[in-house]
Amino acid sequence: MANDYARPGRVRPAPENFLSDEDIAAINKGGRRDFLRSAFIAASAALAAPAVARAQSAGDPAILELPPWSTSLGLPVAANPYGMPSKFERGLVRRESPGLTRVGGSSVAFTPLQGLFGIITPSGLHFERHHQGWHDIDPARHRLMINGLVKSEAVYTMDDLMRLPAVSRIHFIECGANTGMEWGNVAVPTVQYSHGMLSCSEFTGVPLKLILDMCGADYKKGRFILAEGADGSSMTRTIPMEMVESGEVLVAYGMNGEMLRPENGYPLRLVVPGVQGVSWVKWLRRIEVGDQPWASKDEAVHYIDLMPDGQHRQYTSTQEVKSVITSPSGGQILLDRGFHNISGMAWSGRGKITRVDVSTDGGINWREARLETPVLSKAVTRFNLDWVWDGKAAILQSRATDDSGHIQASYGQLRAVRGTKSIYHNNAIQSWKVTESGEVSNVQVL
Amino acid sequence: MSRFYKTLMTILLVSGASAAFAFDRYPGLGRLATPAEVTAWDIDVRPDFTGLPQGSGNVDDGMVLWEAKCASCHGIFGESNEVFTPLVGGTRASDIESGHVAALIDNSFPQRSTFMKVATVSTLFDYIKRAMPWTEPKSLSDDDVYALLAYLLNLAEVVPADFVLTHENIADVQARMPNRNGMTTDHGMWPGASAANGGIGNGGKPDVNGDACMSNCKTEVLVASALPDYAQDAHGNLAEQNRPVGPVRGVSSGDQAEAGASVDHSGATAVVALVNAKGCMACHGLANKIVGPGYNEVLAKYKDRADAEAYLIGKVTSGGQGVWGAVPMPPQGHLSDDEARRIVQWVLSGAQAQ
Ligand code: HEC
Ligand code: HEC
Repeated sequence: MANDYARPGRVRPAPENFLSDEDIAAINKGGRRDFLRSAFIAASAALAAPAVARAQSAGDPAILELPPWSTSLGLPVAANPYGMPSKFERGLVRRESPGLTRVGGSSVAFTPLQGLFGIITPSGLHFERHHQGWHDIDPARHRLMINGLVKSEAVYTMDDLMRLPAVSRIHFIECGANTGMEWGNVAVPTVQYSHGMLSCSEFTGVPLKLILDMCGADYKKGRFILAEGADGSSMTRTIPMEMVESGEVLVAYGMNGEMLRPENGYPLRLVVPGVQGVSWVKWLRRIEVGDQPWASKDEAVHYIDLMPDGQHRQYTSTQEVKSVITSPSGGQILLDRGFHNISGMAWSGRGKITRVDVSTDGGINWREARLETPVLSKAVTRFNLDWVWDGKAAILQSRATDDSGHIQASYGQLRAVRGTKSIYHNNAIQSWKVTESGEVSNVQVL
Repeated sequence: MSRFYKTLMTILLVSGASAAFAFDRYPGLGRLATPAEVTAWDIDVRPDFTGLPQGSGNVDDGMVLWEAKCASCHGIFGESNEVFTPLVGGTRASDIESGHVAALIDNSFPQRSTFMKVATVSTLFDYIKRAMPWTEPKSLSDDDVYALLAYLLNLAEVVPADFVLTHENIADVQARMPNRNGMTTDHGMWPGASAANGGIGNGGKPDVNGDACMSNCKTEVLVASALPDYAQDAHGNLAEQNRPVGPVRGVSSGDQAEAGASVDHSGATAVVALVNAKGCMACHGLANKIVGPGYNEVLAKYKDRADAEAYLIGKVTSGGQGVWGAVPMPPQGHLSDDEARRIVQWVLSGAQAQ
């Protein structure tokens, strides 16, 4: 491969990584497979030498020696009144990217996309972004006020809102700054940090249109709404009335079958499908109908996209077509040569995903991936592609297309127009380099 | 008649609303807002100054307020990069003439300060009033906000030192904002009507489109950037951030001891959760000063003091100032005695993150 870069030596304590790719290839003629296998056997031998000895003669000790769970009584029902993931899954948690922000109350915790399946994000792993910390609000004391260009300025309790006709819809939510650290160069090791300000959930609530109709909104003059939160930051964002009128903007209290989690806005948040997360105002306390946008702090100082000519694009809201391979992805190591299911997520703020192409050679040739159902508008779509890894270096990429005809662009194409300082709305094609040792790392291909 | 309906009726009477109440389709749900309620919450200020309360404040008063309430996080001159990016810096007199901040193009200032970006002075009034100080939002009077904004505008050299900012002259200040011409709405990422139709932007037309090529799309692959070592190691042990079963494993990296401990659900982790939940970390770092001392500094100061635990429990609960500087530690009345004791013991045992 042309322009292959030299990876500077790194302190990597794992035994197999003391050797370079070339060393591994030279020492183990069978390549990674034998090497890894021998490393695993060595490791298990240290723990259970007699078992290994027997395994070689009679079979696998995992089968021959009955484990405790087959030979003892398990725990009773409701031992965990609210169920938690297996202890073996404990590595898959929300994490901060060190150095990204200075204080935890105005920061981000990323979703571990590298370990997720399908399209729904478990509620406890939904990414977090707060500007002034989060609260667990007493729902009995929470109110939603509607004011501005309406006939009747009104107040609703949670009881009122939860009595209104409800709908449930599956949508992705992505922070406008997702992948923002990568505009200029590779900065983070894994898909959790590069793309983990993305989640997808089923939201339940009331179409905002229904409430604005009740209040007699002036749809002729009032072409914008302001949504405002009840937290210290009282986050405010301007949203186009066209989206409200389409019925897709929800005043939501439910997420994945239960109430919203406090970190995600309990008891009430706005759902603005296809639009960046900051507009999905959490702890929603007020909607104002107006005839002009508001230029609030998070649409006049932040969430503005700096272009090469020094101008900032303001009110950029739509999350454009994007995809990423989550398995295998950066910071992982393939177990072996042979069959692998390349799996990833695709989404677009303009509608449905119609197609995802995958390349294993850095974008020279592409194959069309399978889209798994359901394929929903403004929701994550899971894609998969069969791949037999021959043990050679590869660069994996995915490229999504949506039903508006928009095709995900490369870093080269994106930077040619938007430069590298925009922070927001980086939807470039992601590349994962696979070395001969099976190690996967984050690279950028123009 | 339920109590709810009685309140509803009273409120209807209080507000004297005769406006058609279009709630009939869903009877019993919602009620009219009283004027006092709307005033209490409707605090937003638009670029055309709709919503701006009357009032005034001068630079000198603003400086006094700033040093008492804001400087601890943002620096005396709004220059600090400790808690948040700088508010002031990177703008020049020529920017005030042009309304375009040159440093956004020539990179002459390492950060992007607030004044380099913000085009509308209304935004700053609105935001300071609704959200600052960070730990005590919505505690400032309107005149306080005018004074603080006057001070910030003076630091940014938009107004002179003897300036009095009022609701009447704020529009003149707008005409001097350094980046007032620095925004464009000509893009495809506004999901509503286009500018031509009373909205914003170009109606949703993307500025960049990929290509649909399927084979032999290029002759060589240019790897423009790869992961720097420090970035891999800075994110802990990636082996611990992946599943222990499946087609892949995480690679080992970073400080193994530290990352390995991050999944240890010991008592220390519970205290870390507690200090996070109680807002202590907004002002204290584990190993660095934010507004108050780092916990390591606290330990260093008191490790040889016999009554350190009792003293610190008292200080944490009741607050106080003068030990580390003029900035007070607010009383933390929301802590139970047990919580205060656990936190202090944790501080005195080295305040480990895990
Ligand atoms: C305890 C620390 C703290 C104190 C005290 C504080 N701030 Fe802030 N300030 C912050 C943080 C953190 C942010 C960023 C919040 C966010 O992420 O939205 C911020 C943001 C701001 C911003 C917006 C800057 C931007 O670029 O978005 C302004 C203006 C501001 N503060 C003014 C003030 C004023 C005026 C005071 C005093 C009345 C004050 N602050 C006191 C921590 C503080
Ligand atoms: C708004 C900022 C702020 C918050 C929130 C805050 N502190 Fe402090 N803290 C300070 C300041 C400032 C000082 C230094 C006071 C002084 O100089 O006497 C301090 C001092 C301390 C000290 C050292 C006391 C001494 O006399 O040396 C401890 C211990 C401490 N804080 C613990 C906590 C804990 C625990 C919490 C959360 C429950 C907390 N702080 C929340 C600002 C804060």
